[in-house]
Amino acid sequence: MTSELDIFVGNTTLIDEDVYRLWLDGYSVSDAVALRVRSGILEQTGATAAVLQSDTMDHYRTFHMLERLLHAPPKLLHQLIFQIPPSRQALLIERYYAFDEAFVREVLGKKLSKGTKKDLDDISTKTGITLKSCRRQFDNFKRVFKVVEEMRGSLVDNIQQHFLLSDRLARDYAAIVFFANNRFETGKKKLQYLSFGDFAFCAELMIQNWTLGAVGEAPTDPDSQVDDMDMDLDKEFLQDLKELKVLVADKDLLDLHKSLVCTALRGKLGVFSEMEANFKNLSRGLVNVAAKLTHTKDVRDLFVDLVEKFIEPCRSDHWPLNDVRLFLNQYSASVHSLDGFRFACSGCVT
Amino acid sequence: MPGKLKVKIVAGRHLPVMDRASDLTDAFVEVKFGNTTFKTDVCLKSLNPQWNSEWFKFEVDDEDLQDEPLQITVLDHDTYSANDAIGKVYIDIDPLLYSEAATVISGWFPIYDTIHGIRGEINVVVKVDLFNDLNRFRQSSCGVKFFCTTSIPKCYRAVIIHGFVEELVVNEDPEYQWIDRIRTPRASNEARQRLISLMSGELQRKIGLKVLEMRGNAVVGYLQCFDLEGESGLVVRAIGTACTLDKLSSPAAFLPACNSPSKEMKEIPFNEDPNPNTHSSGPSTPLKNQTYSFSPSKSYSRQSSSSDTDLSLTPKTGMGSGSAGKEGGPFKALLRQQTQSALEQREFPFFTLTAFPPGFLVHVGGVVSARSVKLLDRIHNPDEPETRDAWWAEIRQEIKSHAKALGCHAVVGYSESTSICEEVCILSASGTAAVLNPRFLQDGTVEGCLEQRLEENLPAGCGFCHIPYDELNMPFPAHLTHCYNCRKQKVPDVLFTTIDLPVDATVIGKGCLIQARLCRLKKKAQAEANATAISNLLPFMEYEVHTQLMNKLKLKGMNALFGLRIQISVGENMLMGLASATGVYLAALPTPGGIQIAGKTPNDGSYEQHISHMQKKINDTIAKNKELYEINPPEMSEEIIGSPIPEPRQRSRLLRSQSESSDEVAELDLSHGKKDAFVLEIDDTDAMEDVHSLLTDVPPPSGFYSCNTEIMPGINNWTSEIQMFTSVRVIRLSSLNLTNQALNKNFNDLCENLLKSLYFKLRSMIPCCLCHVNFTVSLPEDELIQVTVTAVAITFDKNQALQTAKTHAEKSLQRASTDNEELLQFPLELCSDSLPSHPFPPTKEHLESASSNSGIPAAQRATSVDYSSFADRCSSWIELIKLKAQTIRRGSIKTTVTVEKASPVGEGNFRNRSSPPCANSTVGVVKMTPLSFIPGAKITKYLGIINMFFIRETTSLREEGGVSGFLHAFIAEVFAMVRAHVAALGGNAVVSYIMKQCVFMENPNKNQAQCLINVSGDAVVFVRESELEVASTQQPTANCQPACAGGEVTT
Repeated sequence: MTSELDIFVGNTTLIDEDVYRLWLDGYSVSDAVALRVRSGILEQTGATAAVLQSDTMDHYRTFHMLERLLHAPPKLLHQLIFQIPPSRQALLIERYYAFDEAFVREVLGKKLSKGTKKDLDDISTKTGITLKSCRRQFDNFKRVFKVVEEMRGSLVDNIQQHFLLSDRLARDYAAIVFFANNRFETGKKKLQYLSFGDFAFCAELMIQNWTLGAVGEAPTDPDSQVDDMDMDLDKEFLQDLKELKVLVADKDLLDLHKSLVCTALRGKLGVFSEMEANFKNLSRGLVNVAAKLTHTKDVRDLFVDLVEKFIEPCRSDHWPLNDVRLFLNQYSASVHSLDGFRFACSGCVT
Repeated sequence: MPGKLKVKIVAGRHLPVMDRASDLTDAFVEVKFGNTTFKTDVCLKSLNPQWNSEWFKFEVDDEDLQDEPLQITVLDHDTYSANDAIGKVYIDIDPLLYSEAATVISGWFPIYDTIHGIRGEINVVVKVDLFNDLNRFRQSSCGVKFFCTTSIPKCYRAVIIHGFVEELVVNEDPEYQWIDRIRTPRASNEARQRLISLMSGELQRKIGLKVLEMRGNAVVGYLQCFDLEGESGLVVRAIGTACTLDKLSSPAAFLPACNSPSKEMKEIPFNEDPNPNTHSSGPSTPLKNQTYSFSPSKSYSRQSSSSDTDLSLTPKTGMGSGSAGKEGGPFKALLRQQTQSALEQREFPFFTLTAFPPGFLVHVGGVVSARSVKLLDRIHNPDEPETRDAWWAEIRQEIKSHAKALGCHAVVGYSESTSICEEVCILSASGTAAVLNPRFLQDGTVEGCLEQRLEENLPAGCGFCHIPYDELNMPFPAHLTHCYNCRKQKVPDVLFTTIDLPVDATVIGKGCLIQARLCRLKKKAQAEANATAISNLLPFMEYEVHTQLMNKLKLKGMNALFGLRIQISVGENMLMGLASATGVYLAALPTPGGIQIAGKTPNDGSYEQHISHMQKKINDTIAKNKELYEINPPEMSEEIIGSPIPEPRQRSRLLRSQSESSDEVAELDLSHGKKDAFVLEIDDTDAMEDVHSLLTDVPPPSGFYSCNTEIMPGINNWTSEIQMFTSVRVIRLSSLNLTNQALNKNFNDLCENLLKSLYFKLRSMIPCCLCHVNFTVSLPEDELIQVTVTAVAITFDKNQALQTAKTHAEKSLQRASTDNEELLQFPLELCSDSLPSHPFPPTKEHLESASSNSGIPAAQRATSVDYSSFADRCSSWIELIKLKAQTIRRGSIKTTVTVEKASPVGEGNFRNRSSPPCANSTVGVVKMTPLSFIPGAKITKYLGIINMFFIRETTSLREEGGVSGFLHAFIAEVFAMVRAHVAALGGNAVVSYIMKQCVFMENPNKNQAQCLINVSGDAVVFVRESELEVASTQQPTANCQPACAGGEVTT
């Protein structure tokens, strides 16, 4: 006796959260059944393995059918085939677009192309995330990227509108898109200690302050090519950063800047002497990183450079986090009082 | 030209990409009705086109309006080649043809293609302007309402229940026409869908005409089926119960109803609402205001004597209230005579209803069924489908005579079905023989209303169990006892019925789903030989199915089956029997005896041991089941002190005082001595197998109950969460082990596993009950068995049950002392009340004079055939069951009176139930349920019948996820299309939903599969009770409200 066909269709589509998770994690039906058996569900419910198998198959089939709709979440809301309560719909979408920290760190800043997709095998072995799940996450990144790439307006809003994600998840996706667009290098060994959250934080600040949309120079001319207001760095701004060179090139200015910072921070920093000693190096590092940003290659290396030129020196002197923050705040604040410097923010790291 | 159909195409969305180059679609729409076609403009390069078309107007006959579906085709415009069809939408405009239902159809419909499934949606608005046409010779029957619900729809009142209507139409099946060889599968499928749509429209119209002829205005319990006879054609047939319904609105509607409704109908035959002024929308009247009677034209116009069996039996008569019982004596003979004459007057006294207004059903005789095996031949003249008509007429005659043999003049819960394999067709019909209240057989006049009031005085909960046949002249050997409830009348020891449990029935404990499953191998044969082989097997199958049912019933410790449905399916090399029913313990019936196993060879020691081991197992199972289903029939009702239901106790004391003085106690005690057990003889391995299979049925996991009736006996505190589902399984038998035993085991496992799967899937709803569990089995191919289940899971509140019982008790106490109004729910209270409190005192005289007027001449009565001659015509299987039943041991209940369980829908229950959280009240949600009600909600409007037929075919089966993926998607699509149609009608639920057919065929080698699905139901608007609460408290008749709603749930 073999089961040829075995289906269950409810008027309200049944969604089993546990099975959904297993499906998202890319387990095959048999693996999922094995995992469910291990969870002790058989004992709890008195069901048999055959029942579990049939149930899992059913759910997998449903998810498979839903997947097409999940690719465009607004479709899920308007479709008529599956009657799913709104709260469940939200859960389906949110979980589908959720990603693994380990995975995102691997692809963050990489071009979301076929080439990268080919590397998913390696990522899968490296992270222990199933290839299926890797593909889903990668495709999600790529899909979101494609949709919002050409759009105007706030990146987060666009993502939220077209993918109906929660605010938090939309922000994360904004960071991923932003990084992918600017191809920031995040995979170097030096950067391994940084979490996705760290980068996402940077991305948010950069989107807020460094992009066209942020600078508030929305093009008055509608025909201009600047569409990706939140995604591309403001070229003009980067050009302006070159002017910062004067901070280290002009000896007087450097000294003045140093004294301003030192006066303000005296007694407030635990590592004051180290700071005072290293000020020139640190400032030069920061300014050089900033000044180089007109070159695409250097933009990509932004985080590597920042770590090399600024964070590592700080760390070797055992700066506490709070001191770094105080220093950087004071560092940028003091610049304003120097002369006609425009506000220039530096990405705050960690 | 009595109708103008107007259609507007608004927009489309989610259209598929038809032009690969641009990834877009140039869509336009064709709107077709009859032979007229309109087109919209082409909306270039859009997947979400906005057509905003003008109103397309079709001027058509109302005959066409009824027959034809509106056909909307979405196409992709192609400049150079032929336009590609994206898909179609068929809209049945019937709901727009009667005034009370929907006025406009407007909404998003899935665009359906038989090859690709749903491909986007289209927004359509449809309206109909209907001109009244009083032409008597017209062929249309616009305005006749159709309901799938097998009870009087909730917001209606039955003025007259006319009776059985049937019709069938036949045609050639497009799939088998020569042209099918050259056209595409899509064209063929669409031709079929269209034809069936057309045929069901025609069928509905014809039935409607019959209803109008009977002066009715509605068909209740409408059941339409398709017989795909293959080469020999396509038969669409339908049965139903014609009624004159009146919309319930306010209690004021009570009075006009007492005027002669039939006269009214004559005057205003096409007006749906004879008294529009008195019927404002609002909470409905309590059921007690309803009157039921038969129309004069087709009824059993017979004398309605005041001496009714039941009335003379009620304690009321004993108390000497003196309103009835003048001729207490020979009425049974009289009844028989009347029955006889009535039968002569009416062709088929059948009712497709399964639930009835209180008092309608007097006695239930038992299940009657008839089957016949026919060889299909080509239908030569589709306009004169005489052969098919004759086949059914034959079967119905047989049913009628079975019912007669049981001393019944009517058949209720009647249904018909077929099973076809190649050119052999099994026609089946079954129903429950019953005696209906004779006083309902007259006009719905003032007397009718009075009778209605009197009717409430019947002994609640046991009247229908009393045997309708003469105990001295029984149609079959049965063991009778005195009713354990009233102790006056005789009852059988088991009762099988096809109807729902009557609302007022006294049940002990909870019910459960009982199934008998059976396979029988059959030699492959051709034509006549095949038919003969099947005919020869049938009686054995029936017998075994009934044995199994009886055994399982005993094993559950129960004594009655409701909603019995026996399906016999024929395949090429086997026959399958599947019987489903809901077992209950009726308080009126004796306690079932146990099952005793007897071995054939008592000398063998080890064998003996084995037998005794089995016996022990069986006894244990019975004990366990009794505990599980809370079956504790009271030993001595008086000793139950602190019973949670004092009101019935009070009643029982009343009864007791009366019965103690009578002789019946002694008589009954005598019957105690005969403890003949139900014996199972194990004489061969087959029997052993049977006993084993008895014990393999696993009870549902705790927190789960299941039944195949509308409501679960013993559960009454439903909460609002419902989940309707369809599950399909197909198994392939390995041809090696094809023995009867192996088959049986496979089939049994299939059903059991399916149930287990359901319990597992729905575990999040615990505590819940699977209601209306409907199994259908078919044998699509040689070694394939397909089982389809549709049911609804309803949650209930376990904790509330206790409270409910308590409040119910409190409430009833209060009522007993103060309230005379609650005659409906606690009819016996009338005995203690003084009669003058009755609103209509001069009952009897009035009644008799009226009835003698309408009665038939005495001569005719005298010439009626003697009833007993029918006894030997009784069908073989009725005899068999009853023979079996005879051996059942007498129960051990010592008292006649039982504590009445709280009626399933008492007031207290209702009150507690009435404020469920409306979690799912989101806009756009359409609920579907096979039940006639929605728990925690009130149906405010019926929008019309949904009757849809779909075909889906694929030539890329593997790519669509194999057979499971294919069928899963298709069923989901069918649900979606049903929901979309309901939503477009303005409804938010489908009740009485049924998947009548699910024919699945596959050809994995060719990567092909095809499936046909036919579904139907009633589109309704419901309002949550919590939302109604405010309104109802403002009603002056707030007291009646719960009673009304209570009846609503169960009728």
